[in-house]
Amino acid sequence: MMDTPDTEDGVAQILRDAVAASTPLEIRGGGTRLGLGRPVQAARTVSLAALDGITLYEPGELTLVAQAGMTLKALDDVLEGENQQLTFEPPDHRALLGTGGEPTLGGAIAVAASGPRRLRMGAARDAILGVRYVNGKGDILRAGGRVMKNVTGYDVPKLMCGAYGTLGIVTEIGLKVMPRSEVVKTVAIAGLPDGKAITALATALAMPCDVSAAAHLPDTVSRELGFSEAATLLRVEGFETQAAYRIERLTEALSDFGALRVIDSDPWVAIRDVMMFAGDDRAVWRLSMKATDAPLLVAALRERVGAEAFYDWGGGLVWIACEEGRDASEGAIRQSLAAVGGHATLIRASDAVRAAVPVFEPEVAPIARLSASLKLAFDPAGILNPGRMRA
Amino acid sequence: MIEMPVPDQRIIAKRDGIAQRLRRIVPAEQVIHAAEELKAYECDGLNAYRQPPMLVVLPDTTAQVSEIVKLCRSEGVPIVPRGSGTSLAGGSLPTADAVVLGLSRMKDVLETDYGNRTIRVQTGITNLAVTGAVQPDGFFYAPDPSSQLACAIGGNIAMNSGGAHCLKYGVTTNNLLGVTMVMADGEVLEFGGAHLDAGGYDFLSLICGSEGQLGICTEATLKILPAAEGARPMLFGFDTNEVAGEAVAAIIRAGLSPVALEFMDKPAITVSENFAKAGYPLDVEALLIVEVEGSEAEIDEQLTRIEAVVAPFSPSTVKRSSNDIESAKIWAGRKAAFGAIGQLADYICLDGCVPLSQLPDVLKQTAELAAKYDLKVANVFHAGDGNLHPLIMYEANDPDSSRKAEELGADLLRLCVEKDGCLTGEHGVGIEKRELMLTQFNERELRQQMAIKDVFDPSWMLNPAKVFPLSLSEPHVEDRRAA
Repeated sequence: MMDTPDTEDGVAQILRDAVAASTPLEIRGGGTRLGLGRPVQAARTVSLAALDGITLYEPGELTLVAQAGMTLKALDDVLEGENQQLTFEPPDHRALLGTGGEPTLGGAIAVAASGPRRLRMGAARDAILGVRYVNGKGDILRAGGRVMKNVTGYDVPKLMCGAYGTLGIVTEIGLKVMPRSEVVKTVAIAGLPDGKAITALATALAMPCDVSAAAHLPDTVSRELGFSEAATLLRVEGFETQAAYRIERLTEALSDFGALRVIDSDPWVAIRDVMMFAGDDRAVWRLSMKATDAPLLVAALRERVGAEAFYDWGGGLVWIACEEGRDASEGAIRQSLAAVGGHATLIRASDAVRAAVPVFEPEVAPIARLSASLKLAFDPAGILNPGRMRA
Repeated sequence: MIEMPVPDQRIIAKRDGIAQRLRRIVPAEQVIHAAEELKAYECDGLNAYRQPPMLVVLPDTTAQVSEIVKLCRSEGVPIVPRGSGTSLAGGSLPTADAVVLGLSRMKDVLETDYGNRTIRVQTGITNLAVTGAVQPDGFFYAPDPSSQLACAIGGNIAMNSGGAHCLKYGVTTNNLLGVTMVMADGEVLEFGGAHLDAGGYDFLSLICGSEGQLGICTEATLKILPAAEGARPMLFGFDTNEVAGEAVAAIIRAGLSPVALEFMDKPAITVSENFAKAGYPLDVEALLIVEVEGSEAEIDEQLTRIEAVVAPFSPSTVKRSSNDIESAKIWAGRKAAFGAIGQLADYICLDGCVPLSQLPDVLKQTAELAAKYDLKVANVFHAGDGNLHPLIMYEANDPDSSRKAEELGADLLRLCVEKDGCLTGEHGVGIEKRELMLTQFNERELRQQMAIKDVFDPSWMLNPAKVFPLSLSEPHVEDRRAA
């Protein structure tokens, strides 16, 4: 059964009723990312789709407040009208997960969806100025606000980001937005092996050129996007002369790695949405780790589990596809990562595998206890998305 | 006057024994218990409030911090963590029954990693020393609180500190990747790491800005960024605060991303100019300093664009720096402002934030409220993000003047909240704004935050009497300890 309340009070009422009846609730926005995290078992569903308005937009303050159910598409249209954009370039998971519907702001925040620009402008959590939310007791609460700087009380708004709706139902989100650049160009070096490519990206990122995205697509993956060999990619922005100057400096700094060419296509949406792994039946993992550790880890996983991989965030974000099998090679992936530090999340796999394998990086015991206590502090009856983050 | 809780005499009675046991954890000279030496720790930057602690301990290692916390916990002694003691909000004000745990000896750079653009430090290191460690290689640490020469990274994490250049680079939470934290029970845990995103709940965002109430951060992994080739400011003078405020919004709306956008009102201009002789015009109501960075050509183009955007607002003064000497001169008055005002009077520096669109009205009402209390207020602040720093001038030796200054400060902060802003943009709540929290949040909202504190510090032993109104926290803590 699904409720689609069109007021915040309506959300709170549903929650209070659910507490009284001990009915667990599944929370959804557009339903495009329901396959992320662990499967939820809940008798009722609350959809935020009807809470889809803009509360406030002040382009001169780079500030936008919108309800959680607003679609990212509608949001983007509004921002485009003022030549602005979201800072964190949220991925669209539909192609990768094979889902329909429209991604919403609340969904993107709940799963902390951050794209290539995260490298330069921060993650979804860094864009959040404030939230209104309903906790697991049905209290409507505010945290943070709509001003750019705010240290009044604990930073609960950021905590809500990536909590997968397990701590509260976020109804409204205040965000910092940013101007679009006049010029956006992508430059590429062809044919680098992974290790050299990551060093090249680090070299570029050590330059004051405000590189807004940095990725490396090894040979097989790059072909999916129409490259003929491995592609090491940088996105450069600014006004016309500024972008030209930045490309000139990067060309010079990277000359040892090969020729830097401006390419005509824009690969960043495909990289953001992991299109290279869309439409097949392999398991997909997302690894957050130190860029410098990534090439060796990827080499080992190619060897051990036949993984295919590519790198975003200068190498700090590694996407891996491998045979799903019974456990999506969880052991091999987490063991290799444990040796160097970082965390792995299983992004795509069948419900059966996601129920059997820890989707999120298992926490050490004391942190797992903290997580459980924190969940209780916000949702004492355990009715919000039970099981989504942990069993 | 802000009240502090009544100290627990049963704890104070155990003072000598606790000092002795602390001396088994750290070398004897790192436990301070002589009255004249404790005085150095009796206050922080909010020096109207003073209270020497029971003891001070200055550890060298995370393991020692853990042992100290365990000892204090077993004896029921509250701990007040302290970085460099520069808090303007009383964030490290001791209680008479507390041990101050000072990080001042823990200043090492543990690792610099240019390949991943991170630095790992002990949290007693000063903010500026972090930049100092990586500057020769062309990097810097972005958050730049104006106390950066003295303030410690541990304090920056506790308060989620910002600074003039946060408009472009963000505040501490946006530049913090991981911490080693000693929990309230002495356990040592790692949150985050050298990678960009942590898994699970975002504990790091709770820890940053928690004012030392959730644990004691002893090590931190910070992002470092490549330094710009150069930077240059431009100065604009306006006939009214309203027009200056509109110009700020126009610059931001135009997509020009200055690294700093500083605002000074007439009283601040006059005082600073008389003191620093920066060449500021004295016949304007408001000054804007706009700084951009990049190569010479980039800087020129950006400043030209900014000048064009501001032109329709008819600035009465336009000064564009063309070299380092001129840049220094433009900044001289702004940088001297606090010192110059300090020469004239004692002052309270507030830290409210308001939406930019409310700026003119807030400045107008600030002047009216100041007149009502018969006090002078100068405004010097980060305009790009609406972070106001009204400086209320008063006589610290005159109790009546002190009382009025505090009341005016509270009125101004209430005004910020009314205008959809907040009590504090970068200084933190500490004791200073603790009782005002109920103007920003309702009781339920604060109780939800207190429930977070319960998770990390079930007995409420870390940094007591900060952040939450005593009327809420004291009965809450009594209930918990009884249960």
